[in-house]
Parts: sequence; structure tokens; C-alpha cells
Amino acid sequence: MKLIISGEIKTYEDGITISQLIKEEKVETPDYVTVSVNTEFPDREAYETTVLNEGDQVEFLYFMGGGAYGAFQ
Amino acid sequence: MALSNEQIERYSRHLILKGVGVSGQKKLLAGKVLVIGAGGLGAPALMYLAAAGVGTIGIADADVVDRSNLQRQIIHSTPDIGKKKVDSARETIEALNPDVKVITYPDYVKADNILDLIKDYDFILDGTDNFPAKFLINDACVIAKKPFCHAGIIRFSGQLMTYVPGEGPCYRCIFKDMPPKDAVPTCKEAGVIGAVAGVIGSLQAMEAVKYLLGTGELLTGKLLTYDALVSKFNRITLPSHVSNCAVCGDHPTIPKPIDYEQPACDLRKGV
Ligand SMILES: [Zn+2]
Repeated sequence: MKLIISGEIKTYEDGITISQLIKEEKVETPDYVTVSVNTEFPDREAYETTVLNEGDQVEFLYFMGGGAYGAFQ
Repeated sequence: MALSNEQIERYSRHLILKGVGVSGQKKLLAGKVLVIGAGGLGAPALMYLAAAGVGTIGIADADVVDRSNLQRQIIHSTPDIGKKKVDSARETIEALNPDVKVITYPDYVKADNILDLIKDYDFILDGTDNFPAKFLINDACVIAKKPFCHAGIIRFSGQLMTYVPGEGPCYRCIFKDMPPKDAVPTCKEAGVIGAVAGVIGSLQAMEAVKYLLGTGELLTGKLLTYDALVSKFNRITLPSHVSNCAVCGDHPTIPKPIDYEQPACDLRKGV
């Protein structure tokens, strides 16, 4: 089965869930990544049970800090 | 008010540009932008806003310039080490463009001062590096109905999105709540390339300029990500409305800004 991950076509086993994809893609902060599937944002609680389908477009959204420390303490 | 001869010369590349022109330049000169954090993101953003002739620029930062800042915070120079960042940034801006009125806030941004801080500005840039500040800025801007641009950088990548009241999701719609302390890497721990801060900070300045000009499309409802290692930009479409968002949803549970206890990182200096 082919999925489009951040615009790139990749092949996975049929029936892969969002949680399994996060593992397979070795996402760095698996517990804090936000996943969009075809521009929908499933609830985090549903990652275990949400099965991906052929052609799904998946994006990983990460927490990113960066900038300056001094604006807040 | 008519532009002076010096202004006509200084802004000539704007004046001949379709989409700016004299009327656009006057909008920029009348514009007020607040940059929270004069660091990696704030430095390039401030310089492009100042060079463009944004008439009033606020800078909020409580930190002082450290040698380890200079690898990316290009508004500060070696002789500025030890100076307050707001003062160092002010000096650079005043040398660059005397048209700009600079207002400095050498304070930590907190729940009890942020609404006052943002109230006079047209657009706010989040150039902070930590999640308590990012959520605080988001919540305050949503509550005060102020447009702002969020950005973050780490290692070789960065991202940004713009919030405009009533026109798309806020930062909390997407990222929900603070990650626990040390759950996600910070620049201090993971490092960052200076030019990535330059790219993303410049894009933030571009969002403010477009907003003031009222031209083009803002990054509302979009998260633009940048991966420098493979030279790839990705524009991720965000949901237009998140009904259960705690601050901008249908039944908000955050009526006023909140201070989160912990900074994202123990280490104090040098992002
Ligand atoms: Zn929201």
C-alpha cells in the first residue's frame, strides 16, 4: 500500500495504523507528534485504531521551540 | 503625510513595486509590530521590518547578549556582549533606519503583562523559544483578537503559521497543550543552524509586512515547514476551525492568559 508522507510516496503494509506508522517512520517524539491525514486531524487517542488507506496523505507536525529565551521566565 | 525626498530614495524599491507603492509604504510607516524575543528569529525579523520602514517596532526581551547568541542573532554584534538585547537591537535598528520608532520592553512576558504589551500593536511576532511563552502569546492574541505569527526552529528545520482572528486555527488548535518538560528537544540541547533562523525569521517579517499592506495570502490555516537539509518547504493545510480548542473553540475554557510553571529547558542562555 502506498502512502504520501510529507509529499513523498512510500510503501507500507496494508492495514497500518497511525501509531504503527509513527513507529515505522521513527518519529523522534512519538508521544508529542500531531498527525494529519488528508488534512484531517484525528484525535491522538484514535492513533492506535485509525487504519490508513491507499493514497492517504500524511503529515507529521512537531513541537518546535527556537528563538530567544529572554522573553519569558 | 507626503514622503520626504530621503524616504523616496530609501524606499524606492518598494515604491516601484506593484502591491506596495506610495500607499503601501505609508501603511508600513503607520504600522506597529511587536516582536517578542530578540533572538534567532527576532533578529532577522526585526532587521527586515526596520529596513522596510515599519513605523513602530516593539521589542520584548529580558535577556542580555551572550557570545553564543552571535552564531545566529545577527542584530547583535561582538561589542554588544553583556548588553540588554532590547538595547542592542534598538541601536542596530536606529542605525539602520531613523524612520522607525523603537519601543523596548526589557521584561519577561507573563500572563499579567502580556495583554497590556500587545494592545497597541497591529501584528505580533512570536520569536520565543519555549512553550510556556508560545502558548501564552497564542492565548493572549486570541483573547485580545490580535493577529500574530508563530514560529519555531530546531537543528536544520523550522516552521511558522499565522493566526488572524476569525480566519483560521490558532496554535493551540493544532498543538493543544504544552509538552512536558524535556519531552521535546530545544535548540540549546539539539543545536540550530543560524541561517535556518534567518529563513524562518524573515518569513515571519514577510507575514507582518503582508498583513500591514493587506496584500497576498497569509499563512492562516497553513503550517509552513522548512527542512534545510533537503531544501524542502511543505505547506500543511490545517483545519479551519477546531470546535474543542480550549481558547478559540466553541466553548473556550481559557478566558485569560495563563503562566505555565516551567520554562521548556533548565538552561537559561543562548537560544
Ligand atoms: Zn484555537
